[in-house]
This record gives sequence, structure tokens and C-alpha cells, in this order.
Amino acid sequence: MTDLAARPAEVSGRDARHAALPAWRLLLRRPAFIVGAVILIFWIVCAIFGTAIAPHDPTQPQLLATNQPLSAAHWFGTDQLGRDVFSRVIVGSRAILIVAPLATVLGTVLGTALGLALGYLGGVLDALVGRLVEALLALPAVIIIFLFIVAVGATSLTEIVVIGFIFTPLIARTVRSAVQVESQLDYLPAARLLGDGRARVMFAEILPNVMPTVLVEFTVRLGYAIFTVATLAFLGFGVDPSTPNWGSDIYANYGVIGAGYWWETLFPALAIASLVVAINLVADSIERVLAG
Amino acid sequence: MATYLLRRLGLAIITLLLLSVLIFFAGQVLPGDPARAILGPFASQSAVASLDHQLGVDRPLLTQYWSWISGAVHGNLGISYQYRSPVAPLLGAALVNSAKLAAFALVVIIPLGVIGGVVAALNVGRPADRLISLTGLSAATVPEFVTGIVVIVIFADGLKILPPSAAAGPGASFATQLRYLILPVVPLVFEFFGYIARITRASTIEALESDYTRTAVLKGLKRRVVIGRHVLRNSLLPTITVIATQTGYLIGGLVVVETLFNYPGVGRLLYNAATEKDFPMLEAGVLLIGAVYMTATLLADLLSTWLNPRLRTELSR
Repeated sequence: MTDLAARPAEVSGRDARHAALPAWRLLLRRPAFIVGAVILIFWIVCAIFGTAIAPHDPTQPQLLATNQPLSAAHWFGTDQLGRDVFSRVIVGSRAILIVAPLATVLGTVLGTALGLALGYLGGVLDALVGRLVEALLALPAVIIIFLFIVAVGATSLTEIVVIGFIFTPLIARTVRSAVQVESQLDYLPAARLLGDGRARVMFAEILPNVMPTVLVEFTVRLGYAIFTVATLAFLGFGVDPSTPNWGSDIYANYGVIGAGYWWETLFPALAIASLVVAINLVADSIERVLAG
Repeated sequence: MATYLLRRLGLAIITLLLLSVLIFFAGQVLPGDPARAILGPFASQSAVASLDHQLGVDRPLLTQYWSWISGAVHGNLGISYQYRSPVAPLLGAALVNSAKLAAFALVVIIPLGVIGGVVAALNVGRPADRLISLTGLSAATVPEFVTGIVVIVIFADGLKILPPSAAAGPGASFATQLRYLILPVVPLVFEFFGYIARITRASTIEALESDYTRTAVLKGLKRRVVIGRHVLRNSLLPTITVIATQTGYLIGGLVVVETLFNYPGVGRLLYNAATEKDFPMLEAGVLLIGAVYMTATLLADLLSTWLNPRLRTELSR
């Protein structure tokens, strides 16, 4: 999926500036955006105020009420330790909504800086990084991230750093091609004639014009970061086993689906699905609005 | 043509070498001592040191890399720490299983994706197009294990019509094996349908807007003939490249699906190797996935060159 997600959005800076004023209103006219944004806001609220919203303590085992089916007291039933699944789903949004956005921010900042340098300066570094990205793309990003996480151990920090670093060259590639488009335009020689240095041209002239591309990259990558964090947790690389986490909860409970306790895995699974689909709807809408 | 082939092959080999360096040094980041991991915490220090020496992990990194990569070229991928036997045969058997699963998945995904893409392209901007594009994109961003859980809950646990595990057992007939593979294939279909549909849609739209299509329409050809003979022949070329790219990812995406469905393929082997810190197995497995991907893209390049008369003549010149 990386390959296509990394395709540069065909957005040129000039069009985006014209569209800048009504962009928000254009977004609000898209039903897909509204649906995605509402779901996303719901999960953000859960991540922030989760413990206050949840009807039960998500970490409190009830050994006399394990594997209870859905009921008025436990809307989503209870898990193998008798913990309330509904509360765990609500509070579990926090784990993923901290790691994934931070990793994406890291990757976007580094990737944009690298992309600007590669696209504007070019040269040997450009060719070298191009090869490196080729090599990276030969593997699904999940596998590389998995490999590194196994090597350094799973903590929130290592997940953020590893995912951010793996995203960096992928984002750099997209930004690089947007920068190369900008480099053909007349305002760059003009800026140079005015005596602007390379750094100033890159960051003050080119960067604002490739921002739409960066924004689209960010939203697309965010969806992929959530995919990755959830998958790592499902594979047993959950960060902290005591805090509720959708992927880890599925990992811990999917063995008992066969015993009929489906609610312990299905509801966290649906939560992950709703979050990634929501981000995807938002990302797709932004991309379409910016593309005009 | 020959120069193009050689150049393409050379690039693939360089990329694979780079990848091997990346994998090897990622493996070296791991803290801990392989011999200690094998012998356990109570083994004497001298036993650990002698096993380290036997495994060769006390040599300089560059020497280790060289012996690893030259062994790999000769088909010797080292000894698995976990199984205490050569990696290559284990990996080979698992690759055959993964290939079965991947082949079954592709047989479902390719026609679905191509038909979806063509239908979307013929209805550009209409609800059918939006529906196919958004469903495809959304399905692709949902992790495989989520889709897997949902189908297990519905079809294996709820309706009890399909087995929840993919391993049909030794000696199972072809039909039984297929039946066991139905559920594992579903998450893979979800994952890859959208990309194939998206590329097919884009290239079909391009072909529909081309001059030759207009000529064909104005010539009075039937719509069916225009689409079948002129549009699809051109629009399916980029799709072939994408399918090959996705084949590589498919093998990689199997880590999750095979673990979830307990299927003895490369993915589950890699997963076990990772959790058991079986580095020779892990490194060899990841390198193998990279090599499969490279081969698939190389074949796709050759195939689309061969199918595209314009590229063919350009290259033979």
C-alpha cells in the first residue's frame, strides 16, 4: 500500500492558494468528510476523557464475572478477567491516538525537510536516497517496522521513533517530486535574484507552496500509522499490557473466539476499523478538495 | 532490449544488496547474546563463549556480513537458533504454503479489482464510482487482522460453515485445502482490491479520453467493441505492474494473516522467528520476501514491455 499512498498528490501551490479561502467550506460540503470527522472527534474525545466516560474501571478485574455476554450492565460484555469490554474500548483509544499521530508528525517533519533538500539541491544525495527508498519499498513497511521493534523492544517512544523514521524517506519522496515541480516555476529565479540564500528559498519560498502535498501526505500516513500501531499490538508488541489497547486486547482474547466469547475481540476490532476508515474519509476529502 | 534487461537486472541486484545490508545491521541492533539465548541463563560463561565462537557471532561485523551474504548466494542461509537445523529447507517449505495462499488470493483479487476499476471508470463521478473507490480505499486501510477477526466471528463462530484455522492438515485433498483457505483469503482481498481497482480505474479513464477511443467511437464501432478491443487493451498494462508490486506486499502481509489463521507459511515462520529472536531465520525470511518482491516487479516490467508494442520497438532500436 505504501507505493500508491506515496504517489504525489497532483496539487500545485498556486491552485491551492486560490482555493485556500473556501477550502473549509468545500470540505464541509462533503458528506464523507463530515462522517469521518464526526467519528474521529468521537474517538479523540474518548482518548482525552475516556476514564470519565467509561461506565466501569477498564482495568478492574471481576473474577466472578468473566466472559459475560452483552447485558445492560456490560454493553459489550466482559473479558477473560471480567473487565468491562465497553470501558476498555472507550479508554483504549488513547494508546493508539498518542503513538500514531506523534510518529506521523515526526515522519512528516523529517520527511518534508529531507524532501525539500533532495528536490531542490539534488545531486549525489538525491540518487543515494532514491536507491535507499527503493530498497525500503521492497518490503512492506509493516515488516521493516516489525523487525526494528523486535530488535529495540516495544515502548511508546521506540514505536514513535521507528515508525517516524520509516515514514521519513517515503514522505521525502513525495515532497521531493512536488518540490521539483515548483523548481520549474519563475518565482524561484526571482527569489534568487533578490539575493535569497538556499535555505531561505527552500523554507520561505518552496515550503509554503508544497504545504498542500505535505498535508495530504500527513493524513494518508496517519491512517497508515494507526494501521501499523494496531498491527504491532495485535502481534503481541503492545506497549504496556496493563493499559487498555485495542490491538493488545484482540491479541489477548482471540484465542477464545472458538469458545463463543466473540465480543471480547469483535468490539475492539470494530473500533480500529471505524477509526482507520474515519481518517481515510477525512484524508480522501482533503485530497480531493485540494486537487480542486 | 538486452541492455535494458541487463540494466534492470543490475538495479534489482544492487537494491537487493542494499536491502541485505539494511536487514543485517538491523539484526545487529538486537541487544543480547545469541548463545546465551540458546543455552539459557544457567549455562556457564565458557560454554556461551564457545557456542558464540561456533556460531561465528564473535567475529567482526563485516566478516559476519560477508559470510552471511556469500552463503545466501549459494543457498546456505545459516542454521536456525530455534529449530537447530538449516534455515533454507524450512523456509522453502513455508514459501510453498504461502505461495498457495497468495495464488488463491490473487485468483480472487485480480478479476474483482479489474472489474471494479472498469465499472468505476465507466461511471466516473457517479455514485457507483464513488462507492467502489471509497470502499476500496477504506477496506485497504483496515488492518488484515481486523477483517480476519470479523469473518472468523461471523463464518466460523456464528454460522459455523467454515473452519477458523487455515491448516487443513497433511494429506488433505485439494478441495478441503481450498475450503480451509477461504477465510484467510478474505482479509487479503480487502487489503488489495482497492489498489488494483484504483489503478485500473485511472488507466481506463485515460484510455477512454484518448484520441484512438474517440476515433473508434466516431468510426461507428459498438461500445462493447470499443471497450474490449481498444480501451481495455491499453488500460490493463499499468494494472499488470501494480499487480506485481502488490504480489510482493501480499507475501509480506501474510505475517498477520498466517499468524491469525495459524497457517504454516513464511509469515508465521517469520513471526515465530521474531518472537523467539531466531535471527538467522528472521534475516533470511525478510531477505526472501525482498527477493520475491524484486522478482515480481522485474517480471512485471518485462511483461508490460513485451505487451506494449511502443516500448518494445523503442527498446529494440
